[in-house]
This record gives sequence, C-alpha cells and structure tokens, in this order.
Amino acid sequence: MRKSELKYTREHEWLKVEGSRARVGITSYAQEALGDVVFVELPEVGKEMEIGDVLGVVESVKAASDVYSPCRGKVVAVNDALLSHPELLNRDPYGEGWMVEMEFTELASDLLTEEEYEARLAEEGK
Amino acid sequence: MEGLLKTPLYERHVAMGARMDGFGGWVMPIQYAGVLEEHRAVRNAAGIFDVSHMGEIIVSGQQAIPFLREILTGDPASLADGQAQYSLMCYESGGVVDDLLVYRLAAERLMLVVNAANKDKDLEWINAQRRVSGWGDGVEITDISAGTGLVAVQGPRSAKILESLCEADLGGLRPYTFFKTRVAGLEALVSRTGYTGEDGFEIYLKAGETLAAWDMIVEAGKPDGLVPAGLGARDTLRLEAGLPLYGHELSPRITPLEAGLGRFVDWDKGGFTGREALDKQRLEGVNRKLVGLAMRDRGVPRTGYPLSKGGEIIGEVTSGGYCPSLDEYLGMGYVQAREAAVGNRIAVIIRGRPVAAEIVNLPFYKRKGG
Repeated sequence: MRKSELKYTREHEWLKVEGSRARVGITSYAQEALGDVVFVELPEVGKEMEIGDVLGVVESVKAASDVYSPCRGKVVAVNDALLSHPELLNRDPYGEGWMVEMEFTELASDLLTEEEYEARLAEEGK
Repeated sequence: MEGLLKTPLYERHVAMGARMDGFGGWVMPIQYAGVLEEHRAVRNAAGIFDVSHMGEIIVSGQQAIPFLREILTGDPASLADGQAQYSLMCYESGGVVDDLLVYRLAAERLMLVVNAANKDKDLEWINAQRRVSGWGDGVEITDISAGTGLVAVQGPRSAKILESLCEADLGGLRPYTFFKTRVAGLEALVSRTGYTGEDGFEIYLKAGETLAAWDMIVEAGKPDGLVPAGLGARDTLRLEAGLPLYGHELSPRITPLEAGLGRFVDWDKGGFTGREALDKQRLEGVNRKLVGLAMRDRGVPRTGYPLSKGGEIIGEVTSGGYCPSLDEYLGMGYVQAREAAVGNRIAVIIRGRPVAAEIVNLPFYKRKGG
C-alpha cells in the first residue's frame, strides 16, 4: 500500500478511504512510541460509532491507549488476527496490523494528509 | 528529564539508542531493542542491566550488627563475611520503610542496598533510629551511592560470560554470597543475586570505572547472546518471578506479613522496630494478603485496577501485565484475606468492566533447578 493514499488523525491513526469505506489502524510512529504491543481490544462488528468514540484499545508492555474513531458510521469488519497476534501492530502497522473497517457516513473534518502528518511529527520533534 | 540524576552509564545508554525515562529520581534506560526481546534474552541467554541508581549505605562500627538487628526484620548476626540477606526495614506500625539487601563486608562493616527512590528517606530513618537506639556512638552511617556503580548480569549464561572476565572463580559463589575480586581488571564486589528469577550476578564498581566494565562485559557476552536490558524487562522479569517492588507490593501502609514475606522476619532474635505490630498481626491474622492473579478472560491487569467478587470490591492490582515467558496476562494484588485462596474466581475491573480472573500461586515463574 502506498502510504500517500492514507489520511491521518492527530491521535496517530491512519485511514484508507475507498468510497464509503475506511480501513483504520495506528501509524508507525504510534506503534514505535508504544513499544511492544501485547494486547488489542476491538469493537463488535455492527457497532455504530461517532467521531471520537473509543474504537479500540492497544496495550503495550507499559500502558493502555485508546484508539478513537475518525469517522461516524458502522463497524463492518475487525482484524481478529490481532487478538492472538498483537505483535502484528508493531510488525506491519499499515498492512497486516490494520484494526477496523468502517462503513462511514461522515469523516472527521480535521484529517491530515501524509505531508501534514509528517510535518506535525517533525514539528513536535518526533 | 531535568533535575533527574544520571548514572555513570547515561551517555552509553543514549549512544546505544535506549529509550530513557525518569525512575525514582533518575533518568534510566527503559528499553533498548524492545522489552519482549530483552526479557527473552535474559530467560534464554543473558542480559546486562544498569542498576547504578540503587542506593548503597555502609553501616559500620562496633555496634553495627546489634543496631541493624534492631531496625531490620532479618537477623544480620546470622551472616558470615561474604554473605548477603534480603530483609525488610519497618516502621513501628509494621509498614515497610524499604526492602533491601544486607551485605556483611566484615564483622563491623555492612552494606545496605536500597531502592533508589527511597534512599534519602531510608538515610533519614536510619539516622533517626540510630539516635534513639542507644547504639549511637558505636554506629556510623555512610552513603556511598554517588561513588558506586552497579550492573546486573542475569540469565542462564551469565556465569559463563563473566568467568572469562572475573579473576576469582564464580563457580564457587553460591546464591546470596559475594566476594571482592577484579572484573575486567577493575576492582569489584560481585554477588550472586538479582531481581529476575534467573541465575545471575550483581557487580558493584567504582562509579568512574563502571562504564569500562559495562563495555567489556557487553563485548564479552555477545557470542553468548547477552544483550543490554532496560527497566521495562526488569519489571516483567521480576513480575513473573513474583518479586515485590516497593511502591507497588510494598509501602508504609503494607506489612511484610501482608506481602507474604513472613519468611524474612526473624521471630527468634528479640525486639526490632515494628515487632509489636507484626506480632499482633501474626496472632490475629492479616486482613489482606498479596496474591497472584491470572486472567481467565481477555484483559490486561494493571496497577490500580480494582478487584471484585460478586459485585463487591475486594482489593486492588499492584502490578500486572503480559508475561512473555508464560504467554499469559498475570498480576499481583492485595485482596481481603478471606478471598485469598488459590482457585478463587474473581474479577479485575478493567475500564469499568469486570473481567474474569483467578487467584493462583506465586511465583508464576520458577527457573529449572532454581
């Protein structure tokens, strides 16, 4: 996947939007900052989400971090492989480490392009 | 990280790409390659830790041993030169000031190795106890922490790795004994102790020589799979081994008996600070106990999460997380004594939701032959 197709949130999630569907995961920066991921909690398929709702939880050795929904819509698929292999989030955050697929009616209005996201990281000295 | 102390190895950690963070007033390496990888290296081969943040306090003088008998739960009079002992230091309430190692360097010279975050408090407490003990003139207290570096080499291959660097024969060094020798040509005190549940050594060095020793050990250990390991792995290793961490399983409000550390209390030696409170608890039983917890449904138990049974809160998690060597989510915590039986099905409240768990035996991990 070419990363430049992706959109990003300020909370270090990525979205790959195709029509009214969006696949969501966490960015490489996020997995790196978390360290070894040892546990992932995912929503139930069919669940309705508002923008900013807790979509899932990613736990590293150190701490638990919420992942927020970057869109309003319904969960249509989750990556069950993460339940038994949370390390996929470290190994391949944009590929096998995807988390959730949403059928959305509205995207967050403040999504970033890749350039904008990387610029933000650079600005924050990350 | 301003205002934090740096160990003699600080620059090396940064140069090696370690992730640094504050711990107990010090800036310490949390991880190098990654916590899981470092954890597994220690269980399967060896790891080297910078633990120079620990405090070293010399208690010397004619009355050093009688004095320590009064302020510690163990009996340092039972130690011979070259022996070390784990002990607790208690308040009158029975609550724990600190947990520590006592090294008998000589009949009138002992070293206490204490937690970094507690060192100043410990010194204050020990000096106050000295004043009231009546042993005052025969006891001298010296803080040698600033001049002392400490590295721990832990794991099944640690003896093999250090053998080539150590002047004395490590084979003869039994657990909880130590000797003064040279490591990589540098003066060192080497003890067969650690905080990982593995065989291993702790090497006390002059602060100014610690970096040279570290570099030599790292180099010598490479062929055997030794890796530098941070405080992250140190924490998962000690959790698996069921070892308490001050500030989690131990505190001024928790007694050694509640913490399941009664075997480190010498009841035959006579009076010591905290004895009355502990005697009372021994007679009447404790109200709460430290237990091991294993998750039976999906979730990670973490410090501070409540524990419940039948909808009622019965305790709290003090440490917990993913345990790599057991591939399980495990924790330690305090529960009401009547709920502390192994096999009891309880719940950990995770983000407001009760998740099934079971009380299990401690330690979770015991090394083969250990």
